[in-house]
Amino acid sequence: MPQLSLNGIAIDDGFAEAFDMAATGVVITADTAAWARQAAVSMTGFATSVIACGCEAGIDAELSPKETPDGRPGVRVLLFAFNAELCETQLVTRVGQCVLTCAGTACFAGLPTGTPIKLGAKLRYFGDGHQIAKVVDGKRYWRVPVMDGEFVVEHEVNVVDGAVGGGNLLFMGRSRGAARAAAEAAVKAMRKVPGIIMPFPGGIVRSGSKVGSKYKGQMASTNDAYCPTLKGAVDSALTGDVASVLEIVIDGLGFAPIQEAMRVGLNAACALGPESGLVGVGAGNYGGKLGRHHFHLKDLL
Amino acid sequence: MAPLTFTLKAEPPERLDLSGLVPGALAPLTAKEIEAIVLGGGRRPIRVGDVFALRRGDAGAIVFAGGSERLDNVGAGLSGGSLRVDGAVGARLGVGMIEGTIDVVGSAGPWAGAGMAGGRITIAGDAGERAGGALPGRMAGMRGGVLAIGGTAGARAGDRMRRGLLVARALGPEAGSRMIAGTIVAASAGPLPGRLMRRGSLILGTVDGALLPTFLDCGAHDLPVLSLLAAWLGRLALPFRPNVGTAVRRLQGDTAALGKGEILLAG
Repeated sequence: MPQLSLNGIAIDDGFAEAFDMAATGVVITADTAAWARQAAVSMTGFATSVIACGCEAGIDAELSPKETPDGRPGVRVLLFAFNAELCETQLVTRVGQCVLTCAGTACFAGLPTGTPIKLGAKLRYFGDGHQIAKVVDGKRYWRVPVMDGEFVVEHEVNVVDGAVGGGNLLFMGRSRGAARAAAEAAVKAMRKVPGIIMPFPGGIVRSGSKVGSKYKGQMASTNDAYCPTLKGAVDSALTGDVASVLEIVIDGLGFAPIQEAMRVGLNAACALGPESGLVGVGAGNYGGKLGRHHFHLKDLL
Repeated sequence: MAPLTFTLKAEPPERLDLSGLVPGALAPLTAKEIEAIVLGGGRRPIRVGDVFALRRGDAGAIVFAGGSERLDNVGAGLSGGSLRVDGAVGARLGVGMIEGTIDVVGSAGPWAGAGMAGGRITIAGDAGERAGGALPGRMAGMRGGVLAIGGTAGARAGDRMRRGLLVARALGPEAGSRMIAGTIVAASAGPLPGRLMRRGSLILGTVDGALLPTFLDCGAHDLPVLSLLAAWLGRLALPFRPNVGTAVRRLQGDTAALGKGEILLAG
């Protein structure tokens, strides 16, 4: 079989396997772009994996004052979970603890269509009877008095089905530094793609997992086939010169934005060339039986 | 297709009820049937054909060429389509309308937009008292939609208003009286705005006259929610567009009633 490659870097003839998810989005604005980003970073902090966080969330785009409802700088946050109910629970908790509390912020619906879920409708009770509803252009907002003024939050936001979670890329490097440099270059380029988030710290995950474990009750455990320190001792997927692997996980509002993000990331990492220490790029899957969406790397070249 | 046009032949001899001349009611009728509609007159009926010269056209867009303050109930209960009056109208313009648009090039009498539930009314000139208010005996005034007045609204604009937006260049005395909720925006207002209001917002440039002592001064603030409102006003077709900034002085009241309303004065 002919070996796939891009710019001298080996590309596995494999695919990333991804799943159907529900997604919601909010636009967070504040008096400055830095404070809007701070609220979003806090809200999406412990939202790396649905396995234990309940959802996966991240910043999808930075918005100029012209792009936000209240004319202030903002960011859009996307939040993914298994269904609409979990989206609502996670969103209300996170906005209530991380956006309501953050200086000068307001929070609006981030997706124009979908099934409505309650946001301001639940957070308004923080106002203890002093909250004020305001209908502007057919949309209902709540003004909750807080110590720095008013927290403005939209009554309901939208959830869409048909979102996809679990697109991924694996970067195999000769050293930890080489794998990190490749992943960083990919993340930097992929952040420009709209409609996707990379939920792990800095967009990168170093502890890829496999399903199951030798221990009872442990649902997921380390992906030993990709652990370089075990490559001589287990049935390893790594070639001899790989000393470090990093993964980028991508959730998106549909198949197309994830595929585009993977294409952009693959190209950006491979543009570093073999001299950077990047040996190969692969993708993680479960044999193709669990997830409906398959992103073949050969389609991205 | 050209609009269905009613050209006023002369000043009507008495007040006429035009509530039947709306798109939904006229669409299935022939010209002859429309001309036979009775508009008033009691024992000696006055019919459409007596007062108006009719030109057939699209009944979804009605034009009254020429107006009079004797034309009452224009666009009453409108449930879709558009209606334009090139002139003045009388009492109860668009009363109880649900959907659609009404544009009046002249001025309107009392109770314009009273009890309207949706759609948009624009009045280029002035409006009489209780624009967007409650008809006698009704519990609530306008409960949705947009009522925009290019000139001055009479006393008690938005009386018992429940929802929706009322915009005017100037408001008479006691604007927003007994207001239940909703939003009123104007460059200026007469004395005693918000009398006995329960909830809702009066967003005013200036008040010419006294404020009620039962409103509590909550100080000067910068409210981001007002930029949502300003952006909406920018998107609407209005005969007068008030300049809404986010810097306001907030007065909460009327504490003689529920006390959860507010007057926001431009800061």
